[in-house]
Amino acid sequence: MNSEKNEREPLFSFKNRKLLLNPLNKDNPITIQVLGICSALAVTAKLEPAFVMALSVIAVLAISNVIISLLRNGIPPRIRIIVQLVVIASLVILVDQFLKAFVFDVSKQLSVFVGLIITNCIIMGRLEAFAMGNKPWPAFLDGMGNAFGYGWILIVVAFFRELLGSGTIWGYPVFDKLGLYDVGYKNNGFMILPPMALIIVGIIIWIQRARNKDLIEEK
Amino acid sequence: MYSNKYIFIYSSIMVIIVAAVLSTAAMLLKPFQDRNIVVEKMRGILSSANIESTTNDAIKLYDKYIKEEIVINTSGEIVSNYENGSFTKGDIRAFDIDLKKELYNKSKKLNYILPLLVCEKDGKKTFIIPLYGKGLWGPIWGYFALSDDYNKVVGVTFAHKAETPGLGAEIDTKAFQQQFIGKQIFDDKGDFTSIKVVKGGIDLIPENLRKHGVDAISGGTITSNSVSDMLNDCLENYLPYIKKQK
Repeated sequence: MNSEKNEREPLFSFKNRKLLLNPLNKDNPITIQVLGICSALAVTAKLEPAFVMALSVIAVLAISNVIISLLRNGIPPRIRIIVQLVVIASLVILVDQFLKAFVFDVSKQLSVFVGLIITNCIIMGRLEAFAMGNKPWPAFLDGMGNAFGYGWILIVVAFFRELLGSGTIWGYPVFDKLGLYDVGYKNNGFMILPPMALIIVGIIIWIQRARNKDLIEEK
Repeated sequence: MYSNKYIFIYSSIMVIIVAAVLSTAAMLLKPFQDRNIVVEKMRGILSSANIESTTNDAIKLYDKYIKEEIVINTSGEIVSNYENGSFTKGDIRAFDIDLKKELYNKSKKLNYILPLLVCEKDGKKTFIIPLYGKGLWGPIWGYFALSDDYNKVVGVTFAHKAETPGLGAEIDTKAFQQQFIGKQIFDDKGDFTSIKVVKGGIDLIPENLRKHGVDAISGGTITSNSVSDMLNDCLENYLPYIKKQK
């Protein structure tokens, strides 16, 4: 790393692009690293909370990655986890306060889940694994990449759960408008229970591994 | 290696900075948040009487339609009355009563007071009773609008702090709340029945009880039961007052 210090790296070099794009697929925090599963189960019964949750995680992860990366040389290793937690918790409280003051309706819908961002293992995982050892710009890209990787899975899961469980997309009654109920279709109540989120995540992992041979472990 | 002294100083400074940032943010944002809470409460009250409002016009509509704010005691006597913007009796506004505190006093067998709001629209009076109770994960609350015969439900609103999205949290949807419209809280003999949220749907109960019941939410049994309990606990307090009015 030291030898590279003198020449300035372009902002979106191959390495930096990989930081941003890898977590979307080959290094996805949910499907490959299996982190942040708990919140993926909890907020995905409907699209809208899943979407706002994804946005909040993007904000918190990108900013906390940058802050920790800026502080990385001064943080005493013995209390580094505490420092990381303090940064995450303060950011989450700030996000929550802002939502309550300016978009009260959204904050009401997310209720406890904003607070639960603190316990999202992806965030601490990235701070510990990446931000502690890298400069702010790569740390920012890494944060954005991982949060997007988390977000798109959340939205895909929420899409199927809301569509099959409640027959709506973003609250719009699709199946009702299509007239499916008139021909005897019924909503699958099982879809809105948390275990189905796990099954959908499992299907996504299956598809992803079948398409991407690198991910298949050797026996 | 960092010395212990460094670690202590580092963490002290960090905590002070974080505390300063967070408390400043909390102080600066408090007025906005408080206003949101008042507006939210007014919207809930208006919505139970089937008056739709937005965040912007809630305060104006509240002043227009909520004509009286009555405070009553446990034996059904009026303690305080706030009418058209001024007190005609007493000095407590029903809007400002903290129902959680009053219900706590009730559980401790202390004296407590109850808020009752009178809404007047197109010459028809509606009596709005605030509700408060325990849900599965946190408090649930709402407003219950009765027509002027003190029996038929005009409308309800429910809200919650932390019920499970897609399950218990469905109590704050129109679909659930609209079931209450037209139901009755007294049976044909005039005995108080409250309104029950029935697991499995009201088709399961005898026909003469169906006007006192609504369908529960599948997967949200505990929240549904909490709504039943909240309705019973809050409405029964008003029985002495209603008896006097009849």
